[in-house]
Amino acid sequence: MTTSQGPTEPQPPVSAAVRLAGVEKSFPVRDGTTTVALSGIDLDVAPREFVSLIGPSGCGKSTLLRIVGDLIQPSGGTVQVNGKPAHQARLDRDYGMVFQAPVLFDWRTVEANVRLPLEVMRFSRAERDRRVREMLDLVELGGFLSHYPHQLSGGMQQRVAIARALAFQPALLLMDEPFGALDEMTRERLNAEVLRIWAQTRTTVIFVTHSIPEAVFLSTRVVVMSARPGRITNVVDIDLPQPRTEQTRETERYFELVTEVRESLRGRITSSAARARAEGAIG
Amino acid sequence: MRGVGSAARLRQYLPAIAVFLAAIVVWEIATAGPGRRVLPPPSDIVGAFGENAAQLRKSALATFYESLGGLAIGTFLGVLVALVTSRWASVRGVLLPVAIASSAIPIVAIAPIMNNWFGVLNPLSKMGMAALLVFFPVMINVTRGLVEVSPAATELMRSYASSDAQILFKVRVPNMLPFFFTALKVGTTLAFIGAIVGEFFGGTSDVLGRIVLQSLSGGRFDTAWAGIFLGAAGAIVSYLAVSLAERLVIPWYSSLVAQER
Ligand SMILES: Nc1ncnc2c1ncn2[C@@H]1O[C@H](COP(=O)(O)OP(=O)(O)OP(=O)(O)O)[C@@H](O)[C@H]1O
Ligand SMILES: [Mg+2]
Repeated sequence: MTTSQGPTEPQPPVSAAVRLAGVEKSFPVRDGTTTVALSGIDLDVAPREFVSLIGPSGCGKSTLLRIVGDLIQPSGGTVQVNGKPAHQARLDRDYGMVFQAPVLFDWRTVEANVRLPLEVMRFSRAERDRRVREMLDLVELGGFLSHYPHQLSGGMQQRVAIARALAFQPALLLMDEPFGALDEMTRERLNAEVLRIWAQTRTTVIFVTHSIPEAVFLSTRVVVMSARPGRITNVVDIDLPQPRTEQTRETERYFELVTEVRESLRGRITSSAARARAEGAIG
Repeated sequence: MRGVGSAARLRQYLPAIAVFLAAIVVWEIATAGPGRRVLPPPSDIVGAFGENAAQLRKSALATFYESLGGLAIGTFLGVLVALVTSRWASVRGVLLPVAIASSAIPIVAIAPIMNNWFGVLNPLSKMGMAALLVFFPVMINVTRGLVEVSPAATELMRSYASSDAQILFKVRVPNMLPFFFTALKVGTTLAFIGAIVGEFFGGTSDVLGRIVLQSLSGGRFDTAWAGIFLGAAGAIVSYLAVSLAERLVIPWYSSLVAQER
């Protein structure tokens, strides 16, 4: 197939933070067949971009994020991060990951959870303390240093996870539905917080979400995906001015973009519904 | 949160203490007459403590020493095997069935063998019995604690490019500690059982197991019961010590468990 084209391709310019070329992923299923989770994914993300991945459940968003983060291997294609293979980028600690669940350690206080990557990466004690404090102030949890995770609300736990991901100043922040389990109000508040942090730290962000308003509000570009096989169907440039505020959510352009993303998503839904009807008629 | 604990804890134990005292009173009344032949009344047992104070204290200390020694050896070996089996899945496949089979061995049959190995008068022969009983629950629990780590946690550590050693010490070991303390609490009681059963099969005379046997054959039921109570007291004291250590080493755990109730 299109898998062995990597070496012949021209070297990607170093300017791309993430460059995906012809990425494929299939999982073996028990009955001997395979599930094609991703097919023909081409995507360039520039440094300091905020790119959201949106698409129906099972379209491969998490899989794509894990491939970029070198947690699983693609079945084909190439993944370059900051001009090097994803594996090297992971060894260079270029990634900050935030998962859908906060994944905090029960036995560590808030402070110690944020310190974890700094310990692993052998930062000096003074530097660790400075950064932990700075990051927890950034997510407005400065008063909860010695709390244990189970003493925090879900939204607070997720903010700790974000502080932890930012603590070592990764070049690339990968977030997989970090606010999926939160109520609308908390989610909007954390959206504003993420944008403030993004403006302050200037990292590149790839953000997976199910929420159209969230994707439009946060991103510089929204990548729309469809399922079976997972692929990119549309990329919507979000030309809303920065910095974005609560007023942004009330502008006409914002609603236009929300509609555009929704239509892109629905494009797939309508056609598959049509296909289902057609198949129903045949059967 | 912790300050409230002691008063609340006392209130929590109050019913148990009341039931215990009531049982003593009922026991005393029921065994006052001819019942004495079946079971000596508590007052007789207290009397036996007084009459044999020196010997009982010496025996209790000796048995305590054997149990704690066995607890230490069994725990050490259990943790060691758990560390090895959790690191190499292939070793786990070989060792786990062996360990499970070893737990099926009737412990009473092992006592004479321990006497053979270490010498009947050597406290090691009794420690070996205690260690054998302690080993299995410690090994199984610690293995589970080391292996049953959430995949998300390992994934997070991988995203930091952490070494296997870092995953072991920052994720697996802390994850294992609650399992370890659970096993250790069970182990305290098992260690006393192991040591006393070992004593039944011969050895020095000033140990609780011998006191119980000899008093029974001499018709001194009250002294036998005094020995039994001392054994129970030893097990309870070491259980409480482990609980205290648990609260100090993993304070987050009691708080988490308290919340989940
Ligand atoms: N480890 C795996 N083994 C087999 N199939 C897998 C595995 N991981 C993912 N898949 C399959 O790949 C497809 C994409 O999964 P993925 O988790 O990436 O979807 P998603 O877009 O993140 O969905 P959601 O929005 O529900 O989180 C699904 O069909 C899923 O069944
Ligand atoms: Mg997902």
